[in-house]
Amino acid sequence: MHIYIFKRVLMMIPTLILISIVAFLVIQLPPGDFLTALTAGMEGRMTPEEIAYLRERYGLNDPMWLQYWKWISGIVFEGDFGYSFQWRRPVSELIWSHLGLTVLISFVTLLFVWAVSFPIGVLSAVRQYSFSDYFFTFIGFIGLATPNFLLALVLMYVGFKYFGQSVGGLFSPEYQNAPWSWAKLGDLMAHLWIPIIVIGTAKTAELIRVMRANLLDELHKPYVATARSKGLGEMRTLIKYPIRIALNPFISTIGWVLPSLVSGAVITAVVLNLPTTGPLLLGALRSQDMYLAGSFILMLSTLTVVGTLISDILLAWLDPRIRYQ
Amino acid sequence: MADASAYVKTNAEIQVYDDDVRAEDVAGQWQLMWWRFKRHKVAVIAGICVLFIYLVGIFAEFLSPMDPNDHHTRYTYAPPQNVDLFHDGQWLPHVKGYQVEIDQFTLRRTFVTDEEKIIPIGLFVKGDEYKMWGLIPWDRHLIGPLNPRDPFYLWGADRLGRDMLSRVIHGARVSMSIGLVGVAISLVLGIILGGISGYFGGWIDNAIQRIIEFLKSIPTIPLWMGLAAAIPLTWEPLYVYFAITVLISLIGWTGLAREVRGKVISMKGDDFVIAARLDGLRTNKIITRHLVPSFLSHIIAQTTLAIPDMILSETALSFLGIGLQPPIVSWGVLLKEAQNINAVATAPWLMIPGLAVVFAVLTLNFLGDGMRDAADPYSHH
Repeated sequence: MHIYIFKRVLMMIPTLILISIVAFLVIQLPPGDFLTALTAGMEGRMTPEEIAYLRERYGLNDPMWLQYWKWISGIVFEGDFGYSFQWRRPVSELIWSHLGLTVLISFVTLLFVWAVSFPIGVLSAVRQYSFSDYFFTFIGFIGLATPNFLLALVLMYVGFKYFGQSVGGLFSPEYQNAPWSWAKLGDLMAHLWIPIIVIGTAKTAELIRVMRANLLDELHKPYVATARSKGLGEMRTLIKYPIRIALNPFISTIGWVLPSLVSGAVITAVVLNLPTTGPLLLGALRSQDMYLAGSFILMLSTLTVVGTLISDILLAWLDPRIRYQ
Repeated sequence: MADASAYVKTNAEIQVYDDDVRAEDVAGQWQLMWWRFKRHKVAVIAGICVLFIYLVGIFAEFLSPMDPNDHHTRYTYAPPQNVDLFHDGQWLPHVKGYQVEIDQFTLRRTFVTDEEKIIPIGLFVKGDEYKMWGLIPWDRHLIGPLNPRDPFYLWGADRLGRDMLSRVIHGARVSMSIGLVGVAISLVLGIILGGISGYFGGWIDNAIQRIIEFLKSIPTIPLWMGLAAAIPLTWEPLYVYFAITVLISLIGWTGLAREVRGKVISMKGDDFVIAARLDGLRTNKIITRHLVPSFLSHIIAQTTLAIPDMILSETALSFLGIGLQPPIVSWGVLLKEAQNINAVATAPWLMIPGLAVVFAVLTLNFLGDGMRDAADPYSHH
C-alpha cells in the first residue's frame, strides 16, 4: 500500500509541472507583458522605481524559460504568486479565502452527488423498466441537458418572483463580514444548498446512469444466482455482493467528476454571486490581471489533481486488485 | 472427395433453402443498423427534432420574422403576443398591438394588450431585406405582419426591443454549427491520436494516454476562460467564432480518442487486419481503409453524443461574456442578457434561449443514445 501511494504521488509530479506550464502560458498569452498594460492603465500612480523593481522581480527582460522558473520557484519556495494589479495587493493575500470556499462547495457537492445518485442508481437497476426507473432516467436526461448556470437562473427567478428574496450569495448581509460563529455557520448552510443543487444536478444524473449500468452488469452474473439459491435474502444478497462490486467504478468516478464540479462551481459562482473563485477569476481575466488569473487556474487544477490522488488511494484501499497490480 | 457430391444440391433443394433465408441474414451492416435504430422510437423522434433544429439554423434568415439585430426602443421588453386566427367570426390571422402605461411613481413602463389594435399577419410576407446565406438578396419571411412597421413579437422583445424569436432562430445557426465544427475538429484529432495510440501501443500509447489524462484532470471552464480571454477584442466576429470552436475542441477530443483507441486495440489482432498487414499494406492504409470503416458506426454515435457538450461549452463561455460577442447571435450570447435578475423578473422570456439549449442537447443525447445502441447490430440486448 505504501509503495502504491509513493508511486502514485511520484506520477503526480509531471502532471503538476504540466499544469504550471499551462497556467504560465495563460499568463503570457495576452499581447504585451502585464507591465505595459499596467503602466498604461495607471498612469503616474506607480513610480518608475516601482516598475523597475517589478520588472526585475518577475524578470520580464529574461528569456521565457527563466521567467517561468522565477514565477514557479517563487510560488513553490516562497508562496509568492505575484502581484494583482487590479487589487493592488499580492495575489497570495487574495486567493486562499476564495479557494477555501470553492473547495468546501466542491467537496460538499461531491458528497451530495454520491448520496443522491447511489440509492437512486441501485433502485433503477433493481427495478429495471419500472415506473421509477423511467422517471429517474427522464429526470436524469433533463438534468444532463440543462447547463448549470441556467438552473441557477431559474432558481433565482423563482426565488425572486415567488418568495420575494434574492437567493444569491453565501451569507445573509448581517453575517457577511461577521466573524465565524455557529450562527454564521447555520446561515452558510441555509444558503449553501442552492449552489450545491445547481452544481450537482448534472453529475448526479450522470452517476445514476453509471451506478445503474454497473449494477445491471453484475445482477445477472452466476454468483448472484448462487447467493440467492443458498437462501440469502434479496436485500442481503444485493448489499453483500453485487453492490460492493458495482461500487468501485462508482468511487473511481471522482477522477472526472471533481474537475467538472470545480468547473461548475466557477460558472455557478458567477451567476449566484458567490464569494468563491468564480467571480474573481472572471474579473481578473476581463481586466487582464494575469497573475491573479494564472494563480487561480494553477491552484484550481492542482486541487483537482490532489483530489483525484486522494480518490485513487481510497480506491486502492478498497480494492486490493489495484494495490497489487 | 467422394463426399463432395453429397453437398451438391439440386436446384429444387436450393430453392427451398432460399425461402428460409431471412432478410436479416443477408442485409449489410448499415441496413441492420437502420432497422435497429428504427425500433428505438424515442431516438427516431429525437432525430427528427435534431433535423428540425438544423433546418431552422440553415434557413434562419427566411424563418425569422425580423432582422435579429433590428432594435426598436419603443418596444423594450415588450411581452409575447398571442396569435388569433379569427376576428369577429371572420378568418383574419392577427396579433394585438401594445399600449404603454407609465407608472407615475416608479416611471416603469408596462405593456398592456391593445384590444382595439389589430395587426394582420400572414405567411410569406415582405419584411426586412436580407441576404440568404450572405448571398441571395430577398425580403420574404415565412411569417410576419402584413405591414412591416407593425410590432410583431411572438416571443417578446429584449432590452433593445429586438425580436426574441428571430434571435433564437439565428442563435440556432451559430450554436448548432459550433457543435458540428467543433466535433469535426475533435473527430480528426481523436481518430489520428487515438488510432496511433491504439495501433502502435508501447511508449507512444503511454505518452498519448498521459496527455489525455492530463487534459481530463484539469477543470475545463477555468482553463477555457483563461484561453478565451486571450482572444483579442479587435478580432473579426468570424475569427472569434473559429477561435472559440478550436478552443472547445482542443479539450473535447480526448473522449473520442479514447473510444477510437479502445476499438483499435480490440480489433488489431483480428484476422482481417493481420491479413492486410501480411499483404504488405502500409500502416496508415490499414488504419484508414480497414480499421476506421469497421468502427465508423460506433464513432459516429459517439460523435453525436459529443455535440451537446460542445454546445453547452460554447453557451457557458458566451454566457460569461468571454466567448462569442455581439453582434454574433448565439444562444449563449442571448442568455447573457438574462444574467441580470431584475431583467429576468420583468421579462422572463429572456430565458427562452435556455429552453432552446435544453431542447437541442436533450434531443441530441437521445439521438446519440439510439445510434450507439444501433451501432453494434450483432449484439443481443
